[in-house]
Amino acid sequence: MDPVVAAAVADAHRMHWGLVLAAAARLTGDLDEAEECAQDAYTAALTQWAADRLPTSPAGWLCTVARRRAMDLLRRRDVHRAKLPLLVEAPLTPGPDHVLEHGYADGPDEGGDLAGEGSPFVAVPDDRLRLIFTCCHPALDVNARVALTLRLLCGLSTADVARAFLTSEPTMAARLTRAKKKIETARIPYTVPAAEDLPARLAAVLDVVHLLFTTGHTAPAGVGLVRRDLSERALDLARMLHRLLPADAGVAGLLALILLTDARRHTRTDADGRLVLLPEQNRALWDRSEIAEGLTLARQALRVRPVSRYVLMAAIAATHASAPRWEATDWAQILALYDHLVTLWPSPIVALNRAVAVGHALGPRAGLDALEPLTRDPQLSGYHYLPATRAEFLHRLNRDDEARTAYTEALHLTDNATEQAFLRRRLAELPP
Amino acid sequence: MPEYIMFIWDDEQAWELAEPATVEATMRAHGEFIAEHAGVIRGGNRLHTSESSTCVRADPQGSVRISDGAFAETKEVIGGYYLVEATDLDAALRIASRIPAPFGGVEIRPIRPTA
Repeated sequence: MDPVVAAAVADAHRMHWGLVLAAAARLTGDLDEAEECAQDAYTAALTQWAADRLPTSPAGWLCTVARRRAMDLLRRRDVHRAKLPLLVEAPLTPGPDHVLEHGYADGPDEGGDLAGEGSPFVAVPDDRLRLIFTCCHPALDVNARVALTLRLLCGLSTADVARAFLTSEPTMAARLTRAKKKIETARIPYTVPAAEDLPARLAAVLDVVHLLFTTGHTAPAGVGLVRRDLSERALDLARMLHRLLPADAGVAGLLALILLTDARRHTRTDADGRLVLLPEQNRALWDRSEIAEGLTLARQALRVRPVSRYVLMAAIAATHASAPRWEATDWAQILALYDHLVTLWPSPIVALNRAVAVGHALGPRAGLDALEPLTRDPQLSGYHYLPATRAEFLHRLNRDDEARTAYTEALHLTDNATEQAFLRRRLAELPP
Repeated sequence: MPEYIMFIWDDEQAWELAEPATVEATMRAHGEFIAEHAGVIRGGNRLHTSESSTCVRADPQGSVRISDGAFAETKEVIGGYYLVEATDLDAALRIASRIPAPFGGVEIRPIRPTA
């Protein structure tokens, strides 16, 4: 195997898997068959690409081959007719008309000309939008949405998806099979939702991408704090959505949030893998190009009214990213943004983060008061950040005995080795 | 003439494990039941298993929440049904979210076509 070809195919797999599968799925009307067609196309690339003559548009080449395989399958199916096409398409192609209003762009994407030569099918702007709306349909279990997105859009193997979610491969395979079966029997359509459904359905897609990012950014267990691959896939998906829906502020906000958070990845742990919190992070090592891109996107998104959830979260991340030093953080602005965010998204986690902002903007006494009602929230009862935050405030008020109790409580509530080590260090730093 | 819907609640796992002969005998019994009561049956179908179900609930703010699966709470039982034609799940969900259900919600299950 020529290493140049192998690398080119691996790159194309990473970048274009979802596009190739989506193109085939439109013809086969069946996700399993579409996966086979996409797999065949990549296998063909391994033997047919030459190191000195790589295709000018690898995505176009792969889509054409996958479509040709799909056409072969369709012809065979016509003979046997053992299986009906299962994915449902809207009777009228959901004219990009309403999508255009929403800011759909058939930009200069990497896809190239996707209507394979001789194909009777007109190229649609991008089949990946259909695919992601199908995978993230709210009628599917939320874990299944994430798994389907990783498998079908990002091309992760079932084993990798299982590892990412700390479950066994057979369990993950069963989850994927069940989800695909539901798409088929319940007739979840393979289409961009109608205009009236689009805002809610796009929100569901953004939630899946955000969940993917946070799962990668903070692993719930084990030694590695950052499951880099998941974060990168989430960034790829957010970029893809922004390319396809450039006028949507929520999409821009999510991409900005991911960029601004990801920019800090090198400073979240030290050389020994220990957790480093925002105040101690070396800001010189933050990724400046990600921050610049994130700030531009966040500014654009903030101009659109009403402001949505991910845009506010991006604005909070932007405020941190803009502070040259921790001491220069504009806490008044961060608190104002959290005040707005809790009204849009009344979640106890958001309220907890707001309490942290209160502690910095108005002092540890006020922070402790803001935390107080949250200690009775059952949703936060197992969440280690709550006692850890209380401990910080108590320590700043010189109530070190109570701080010790709170740190100890937090320590019992996390499985993440990096977080545990951090809490132990904090405990050891308290005066005896 | 009042009409009644008779939902058959049974154990899906038992169906999966059942001997082909048992399944056949049950289907035959249904055939006989239908023939005997042909004058009064207005409609009836076998459903896909509950794995294919989706629920829709309006929350107090008036927006619609969609979730995977059948209703699990034992307090809720099936209180009525509409048989509706729809091209796909999105169309079905749009119709279902218009059905008045102030004390619960609506479960949407695809009908299994007769072979």
